[in-house]
Amino acid sequence: MQAGPIDRINVLEARGLTKTVASPEGSLTILADVSLQVRAGETLAIVGESGSGKSTLLSLLAGLDTPSSGRVAIAGIDLAELDEDGRAAVRGRQVGFVFQSFHLIPSLTALENVMLPLELASRPQVRASAAKALAEVGLGPRLAHYPRQLSGGEQQRVAIARAFVTRPPLLFADEPTGNLDAVTGRRVADLLFGLNRSAGSTLVLVTHDGALAARCDRILQLDAGRTVA
Amino acid sequence: MSPPFLRFAARNLRRDLRSGESLVLLAALIVAVASSSAVGLFTSRIAQGVARQATQILAADLRLESADPLPRGYFARAHAAGLRTAEETSFPTALFAGARSQLAAVNAVTAGYPLRGSVRIADVPYGPSRPTRAIPARGEVWLDARIAAQLHLEPGARLHLGSATLRFARVLDYRPDQGAGFVSLAPAVLMNAQDLPATGLIQPGSRVTYAGLFAGPAGAVAAFRAYLIAHQRPGERLRDVGDSSRQLNSAIDRAGRFLSLASLASVLLAAVAVAMATRRYAARHVDAVALMKCLGASQRLVLSVAAVELSALAVAAVAAGAALGFLGESTIAWLLRGLIERHLPAASPLPVAVAFATVFVMLAGFALPPLLQLKSTPPLRVLRRTAEPPPLRQGLVYALAIAALFAILWLMVRDPLLVAYLSAGVAGVGLALAAAGYALVRLTGRFRGAVGVAWRYGLANVSRRGAASVIQVVAFGLGLMVLLLLVVVRRDLLADWRSSLGAHAPNNFLINIRPEDVRPLRRYLRDRGIGAVRMYPMIRARITAIDSRPIASLRFASARGRMFAEREQNLTWSAGLMPDNRLVAGHWWTRADYGKALVSISTEYRDALQLQVGDELSFDIAGESLTAKVASVRKVRWDSFRPNFFLVLPPRLLDHAAGTYMTSIYLNERERPQLTGLVRRFPTVSVFDVDAILKQIRGIMDRASLAVQYVFLFTLAAGVVVLLAAVQATRDERRYESAILRTLGASRFTVLKGVAAEFIALGFLSGLLAASGATAIGWLLARRLFSLDYTPDPKVWLIGVACGTVLVGASGTLAARRVVNAPPIEGLREDR
Repeated sequence: MQAGPIDRINVLEARGLTKTVASPEGSLTILADVSLQVRAGETLAIVGESGSGKSTLLSLLAGLDTPSSGRVAIAGIDLAELDEDGRAAVRGRQVGFVFQSFHLIPSLTALENVMLPLELASRPQVRASAAKALAEVGLGPRLAHYPRQLSGGEQQRVAIARAFVTRPPLLFADEPTGNLDAVTGRRVADLLFGLNRSAGSTLVLVTHDGALAARCDRILQLDAGRTVA
Repeated sequence: MSPPFLRFAARNLRRDLRSGESLVLLAALIVAVASSSAVGLFTSRIAQGVARQATQILAADLRLESADPLPRGYFARAHAAGLRTAEETSFPTALFAGARSQLAAVNAVTAGYPLRGSVRIADVPYGPSRPTRAIPARGEVWLDARIAAQLHLEPGARLHLGSATLRFARVLDYRPDQGAGFVSLAPAVLMNAQDLPATGLIQPGSRVTYAGLFAGPAGAVAAFRAYLIAHQRPGERLRDVGDSSRQLNSAIDRAGRFLSLASLASVLLAAVAVAMATRRYAARHVDAVALMKCLGASQRLVLSVAAVELSALAVAAVAAGAALGFLGESTIAWLLRGLIERHLPAASPLPVAVAFATVFVMLAGFALPPLLQLKSTPPLRVLRRTAEPPPLRQGLVYALAIAALFAILWLMVRDPLLVAYLSAGVAGVGLALAAAGYALVRLTGRFRGAVGVAWRYGLANVSRRGAASVIQVVAFGLGLMVLLLLVVVRRDLLADWRSSLGAHAPNNFLINIRPEDVRPLRRYLRDRGIGAVRMYPMIRARITAIDSRPIASLRFASARGRMFAEREQNLTWSAGLMPDNRLVAGHWWTRADYGKALVSISTEYRDALQLQVGDELSFDIAGESLTAKVASVRKVRWDSFRPNFFLVLPPRLLDHAAGTYMTSIYLNERERPQLTGLVRRFPTVSVFDVDAILKQIRGIMDRASLAVQYVFLFTLAAGVVVLLAAVQATRDERRYESAILRTLGASRFTVLKGVAAEFIALGFLSGLLAASGATAIGWLLARRLFSLDYTPDPKVWLIGVACGTVLVGASGTLAARRVVNAPPIEGLREDR
């Protein structure tokens, strides 16, 4: 399908996103003709069964992967017109990430992990900002700890601090509570939504946790690569 | 504030060093620099030492010879340039003592002679000799023992030289420059140049050679040499180390090849280690790079961070490696000091620069491709672990790297043939290893059913890791091959070379044998148990034309070509090919060809004068003209110390022009005094003792073998680093697998046995193939390059397999042991 024009008012917009991959049985469509718009400050949950295409959609929305057809725009910038470095630059300025498996760099301390996006964006007062962000997630006393010295919930809080420290307008979270027990998961979710609200940023969340999805303004249901709600 | 990539690089470097991740890479680089700089520094000193020894042949760094007195301006200019000078005036004359006389070669020298090497004197004929820095005092002469024997002179006696009466003060045992053109040498007399006028022997028309000797710092010598070449007058002949005695040149060349071979091996192994360690570096950083790119880092930033980190490692490695290189080099110089009399000259700093360049070329060639791949890591990897960087399409980059590496190797070896043979051998063995590794991978499936659980796990790993196993087998195999090659080359080739020279290589040349003395002399030698000797007729000839074109009208590019064109050569004739000659073109004459105008030339003569079979050469032989067609070309082993000739004619062509004959004999220390009787019995025969030159050459060989043994240590270190790099490359996989196996109930010992089985299997095959490769290359080098008969040694196979199995098996198991010891949860906790 031919993608339509991009609306510059939306923080995130996707038109006709399709992703097909080659498989031994021929071409396999993982995502078919998905379109969506997300306004500034909105929270959107993408839900679906395992293999429904949630993570693929997230990777296309964040410019981590390129669609077979269709377009994605972040803050009005059409990602299709950018090369890989251009997309990286957009992410650096506009996007924050929280992952299911935290993705902290094991050889860096909590503080250094949070400093990373600030340094990549050449922000001033890197250390102070990172320390403040860690304090906001309740890890003020754990700055010098390495990821292996932190619990799962603490590691995810470091990841959340890292995601918010650059104050990105758009935040992607991929199963942010998927690796955590129920109580810790709830606390981490509270933190995520609380920070999102106070920062006024837009949150796109991939989850199969119905309770977590219910906290979002809007839910996008995927089934076998297609939007069903 | 420093740019972000510098801060990232600094932090990465710190972390990687602290965690030990970069240590193998750093060690590989340090070994590369240390080995190439130490080898370079050491070989530079050895080469300079050898060259300085070769200068003894000239008794100077530069020697200018002329039939006319040399202009004083040359000496003034040499003094101004900071060079030391001496003069040597040589001429043949008869010595008289009472009623007896003897033809002698007089050498009148000025103070300072010799500028290189030293004269050896003795108190009695054939007595123990000692070096001296002095020259004969005025009114005194030092005589060759043969003259003393012939004239029945005792030290202190008086003799007449021209119109002067001089006192026989010492026996002259050795002059450094006695080997220069020894064929025309009569027994020598050394005298003070200030006594020359009193003899009245130097008259217009006298056959005199005036030599100017110059020595000093290399730079000043080179500048003065250039000046002399530009200003030299017709008839003046300039000689430097390069064109001194052919025998010594041949030995220096061989020594140089041994040393270059050794340094080549270290560079090769270090490159393998660097390549493996860098691949590991890229693999370790791929997740962090994916995350950084996800957070907005550009490809350029990723590449810059890695490049800065690797460059910092390289700079550290160059500093540490060069320091180690200097340390190791001085250690060996100190060790050598006890074995050789003189200190080695200081090394030039060039080898360190070459080592520096080598490391950066290695990094650019072997580290850049994985880094380019690293920068292309898809950021998607943060969501999907299976997202890998696109496969390497860096064939061109590798080709360039290998080309650059070979350029550096060529710089070090300066022998395209040697580099070509070695690269062909290494590439061939690499391919063979790869093929054999692949075969093993396929075969392991069959063995797995027949062995216990540990071996099944080990062999399964070899099989399952497929490409990785092949790479390891190739790396281990190459490393072992080079180590074995050094053993083969050092021991077998050196032994073969020594035995080819023989403990009984001729050490005395008998020249000026009159035709009528040939039979009696042969009988004389046989009666004294010296054996049957072959006598070679000798005639002096000068080439006048090539294919009817006068020699004066021809231009020759090489100095040697000009030398052959201008100087008289000794011709001989022979029915059969000399035993140490090999025909490389044309045909050797049959009986039917005797008396025909044919000539056989040596390869040196062919190359210098650009000749081929069928060319017609015209000679002036004592005023007579002879034109002969080139019938064959011979490769001559000059270092055999048997009489050899550039030009050989068939019998019956010049028999009427018989000049004199020559031969060579071996005399041991006990037999040496018999020379006195021989000289008395055959007064015209001149005996030339080449023991001194033989000793020089054996000394050079000993230095070469010491250097090779020394380099062997560095090569061993490089081999160990290759091994560590290979083990490190699979550490993560092993940790994870060990955790899974232990979670499933395998004991720690079982897992360790499986790891050992894998490394033993890899080591066994590597050893087997390394032994094949080393034997093949050794054979190739021996036959093609050193012209030796090489006898393959079955011990190489035993050593190869044993070393491969033990070294790889033990080191691999030891290095992987910590991974096995890690608690299971630790391996499983790592995100895979």
